[in-house]
Amino acid sequence: MAKITMREAISQALMEEMDRDPAVFIMGEEVGVWGGTYAVTKGFYDKYGPDRIKDTPIAENAIIGGAIGAAMVGQRPVAELMTINFGFSAMDYIINQAPKLHYMFGGQFKVPMVIRAVGGGGRQLGATHSQTPDAIFAHFPGLKVVSPGTPEDAKGLLKSAIRSDDPVLFIEHATMYQVRGEVPEGEYTIPIGKSKVQREGSDATIVTYCKGLELSMKAADELASQGINVEVVDLRTLRPLDMEPIIESFKKTNRAVVVEEGWKSYGVGSEIVSRIYEQAFDYVDAPIIRVAQKEVPLPYNRTLEQAALPQVADIVSAVKEVLK
Amino acid sequence: MAETINMPKLGFDMAEGLLVRWVKQVGENINKGDILAEIETDKATVEVESHASGVVLQLIVEQGTMVPVNAPIAVIGQAGEKVDAPAAAPSKVESPKPDAAPQTQPTPAPTTQTSAPAETVVSDAALNESKDQPSAGPVKASPLAKKIAKDKNVNLAALQGTGPGGRVVRKDVESAIASGQPSAVSRPSAPTSVQPVIVSHDDQVIQTTKLRQAIGRRLVESKTTIPHFYVTHEYKMDALMGMRKQANEYLPDNEKLSVNDFILKAVALTLRQFPNLNATIKGNEVIQFGHVNVGVAVTVPGGLMTVVVKDTDQKMLRQISSEVKTMAGRARDGKVKPDDVDGSTFSTSNLGMYDVEDFIAIINPPEAAILAISSAREVPVVEGGQVKPGWRMKATISVDHRVSDGAEAAQFMQKLAEFLENPVRMLV
Repeated sequence: MAKITMREAISQALMEEMDRDPAVFIMGEEVGVWGGTYAVTKGFYDKYGPDRIKDTPIAENAIIGGAIGAAMVGQRPVAELMTINFGFSAMDYIINQAPKLHYMFGGQFKVPMVIRAVGGGGRQLGATHSQTPDAIFAHFPGLKVVSPGTPEDAKGLLKSAIRSDDPVLFIEHATMYQVRGEVPEGEYTIPIGKSKVQREGSDATIVTYCKGLELSMKAADELASQGINVEVVDLRTLRPLDMEPIIESFKKTNRAVVVEEGWKSYGVGSEIVSRIYEQAFDYVDAPIIRVAQKEVPLPYNRTLEQAALPQVADIVSAVKEVLK
Repeated sequence: MAETINMPKLGFDMAEGLLVRWVKQVGENINKGDILAEIETDKATVEVESHASGVVLQLIVEQGTMVPVNAPIAVIGQAGEKVDAPAAAPSKVESPKPDAAPQTQPTPAPTTQTSAPAETVVSDAALNESKDQPSAGPVKASPLAKKIAKDKNVNLAALQGTGPGGRVVRKDVESAIASGQPSAVSRPSAPTSVQPVIVSHDDQVIQTTKLRQAIGRRLVESKTTIPHFYVTHEYKMDALMGMRKQANEYLPDNEKLSVNDFILKAVALTLRQFPNLNATIKGNEVIQFGHVNVGVAVTVPGGLMTVVVKDTDQKMLRQISSEVKTMAGRARDGKVKPDDVDGSTFSTSNLGMYDVEDFIAIINPPEAAILAISSAREVPVVEGGQVKPGWRMKATISVDHRVSDGAEAAQFMQKLAEFLENPVRMLV
C-alpha cells in the first residue's frame, strides 16, 4: 500500500468522485483558481473548469444555502468552509435547513450534500479561528458528522459522504494535512457510522477521533514502552455514533480515557462516557477520565496555545490515573 | 527549601494519631492541599493535607505507627534536594506507648478475624452476611467489583480495597477468589437431597475499632468521675410539627427541616439564658463558654461521633439543618473534618427516629450537660377535661452535679418548652 498524506487522500477522494459522477461539484472560498486554502483542490480548476469548481464570495450562508438548493434539485455539491468557525455564519442553513428538509417535506426532497470544514487549533490562528466545535454540530439529528484521523479513513469516508443522500459535515483538522498513512490502491469506500479499533490492547481503552487519534497513538507508544498496553478506538463518525467497538473494548479493559480536542463541558467525551456508563455499568472498574481542551478561548501565543490543547503527556497521565 | 510536615492536632484533647496509610510515596509530586496521608484519631479517620508543594522527599514514620501530635511525619521539597535534619523526631516516634502496640494493625473488617476452626462454616457465615445483612455503611467498590462479588458470593465488606481511596476493584475481588475467600456453597457435591440450614455455633471474636475503644474510654471516665443527675420533661409538639410542615412546603426535598433542627435551635437559644449548663468544670472553676456550640450525636459505622454546629444560637434553621446534614454525611463516610467534631459546648442525642419513649444519655466530657431527645409521638392527652390526640415528646437532660443542681436543670427544661411549644419565638 502507498503511504500518502491526508491532503492527497482527500484530494484523491474528491477527484475520483468527480470523475465517477458528473453531478458532483465543488464550491467555496478560494477553492478554484487558488487551489484551496490548504491546497486540497490544487489543479482541480484546470481539470474541471469553472462550472464544477466554483469560487464563491466570502459569504458562508450563500455557500451553504446555494449548495442546499443545488442538492435539492439533484446535484451533489461539496461545499467547503475555509474554517469550521465560519460555519457559525451559516448556522441556520447547516442546522435548520439541510438536516430537516427531507424530514419536513415528507421525503419529497433529498439533500445529498457534503460540507467540508477545517477545524482544530494549534496553528496560532487565534481564539475565533481555532475552535473544535464538533459537538455542537453532532447535536442535531439529520446531519451526519464525520471526522477522520487517518488518510485511509479520510479517503474512504469522504467518498461515502459524497455518495450519501443525507447532508454530511466532514471535519478535517488544520494540522493534519501532512500526516502520512497507508491508503489502499484502487477504489474503496468506508461506511459512515462505524467506529474502529486502531490499536489493540488489554489494559485500558482510549476512545478518540481526528487529532485525538494522532495524539492517542503516540501516547499508546509511550505507554507500551512502560509496559501498559492500551486499546485505541477511533470514532471516525460522531453522528451516527457507533458504540459497539467501544463497549466491546471496555468490557475487556474495564477502564477508559476519552480524548477530544474540543472543550470538555458538554462535549463529545461527555457523550461517550455517559453511554459507557449506560451500556456497560457493571464493567466499570474505575471512573472514566476525559482529556480535552482547557476551558478558555484558545490563546494566540504559541506556548499558551499548546498548554490549552490536549497533549500526549496528558493522555499518558490520564491512562495511568484510570489504572490506579 | 525542604519543609517538614508534622502530625496535626485535630482536636483539643488529641495527643497522638495512628498513621493508617501514606497516600503519597517518596518521589511523588505533591501540591499544597493534596492528601498526603490518612490518620486515625480517637474520633475519626482523617485525611492529612500537605501545606507545602514539591516532591515527597522522605516519609519519616511507617504506616501503622502511633505518632505524637506535632512530631514530624514527612519532608517535602524540590526533587533531588538533600534532606537536612530528618532525625530529630524518630526517637520520639519510635517509642509509642507500649499499650498501643497491639493496635498498630488497623482491623477494618471484623469478619476477617475469627477463631472458628471449621472453614466451610466460616465462609457460609460470611456468605449469609453478605446476602442478608447490609454491612455497616456502604462499601466503596467499583461496579465491576460489585458485580463479580455478587456473582461469586464474595463478601465485599471483608476485602481491603487497593484502588484510590481504598476502593475495592476487580483485582481485589479476583485475588480474594483465588485465595479461597468465597463460599463453596453452590458446589454440587453434597449427596443429600435436602441441605440443612447451617448455623454457626462458634463464638465470634471481633476486634474493637479505635473509635469503639475511644468511646469506651471517654464514657467510663464520664460515668465514673461525673456525678450525673437527670430531669425529664414532656413537650407539646403540635405547634412545632405544624410549623415544620408549613416550612417544608417551601423547601426542596434535600433541604427539608427535621424536628431535630428545630430542637437544636431551641436548645441553643435556651442555653444562652443558662450559661451554667453551657460550661465545663476544671478543679474549682466552672468555665462558662462564650460560644454556644451544640453537638449532635451521629451514628457511624463502628460507633458514634458528635458533630458540632458552631454558634448554633446565631444561625438560621436552614443553616443549622444543612450543616448537620453535611457533617453527618461526612461522619458516616469516615471523612469527617477535624473542625466538624471539635469544640462542642453542649451535646444532644436524638433517638427520635427509633420510636423511643424516653432515654438518658451519658455526659460527653468535658461538657457539663447533655440532652437526650426521644420521639415525638401522637398520644391521647387531656385538655380541658377532654381526651384528644396531641403530639408529645420527652427529653431528658443529664447534668454534672458539680456544676449545677436540679432546680436549674428543671428551669432549663421549662424554658426550652417556651421555644419548642411556641416555635415562632425561634424566628424572632
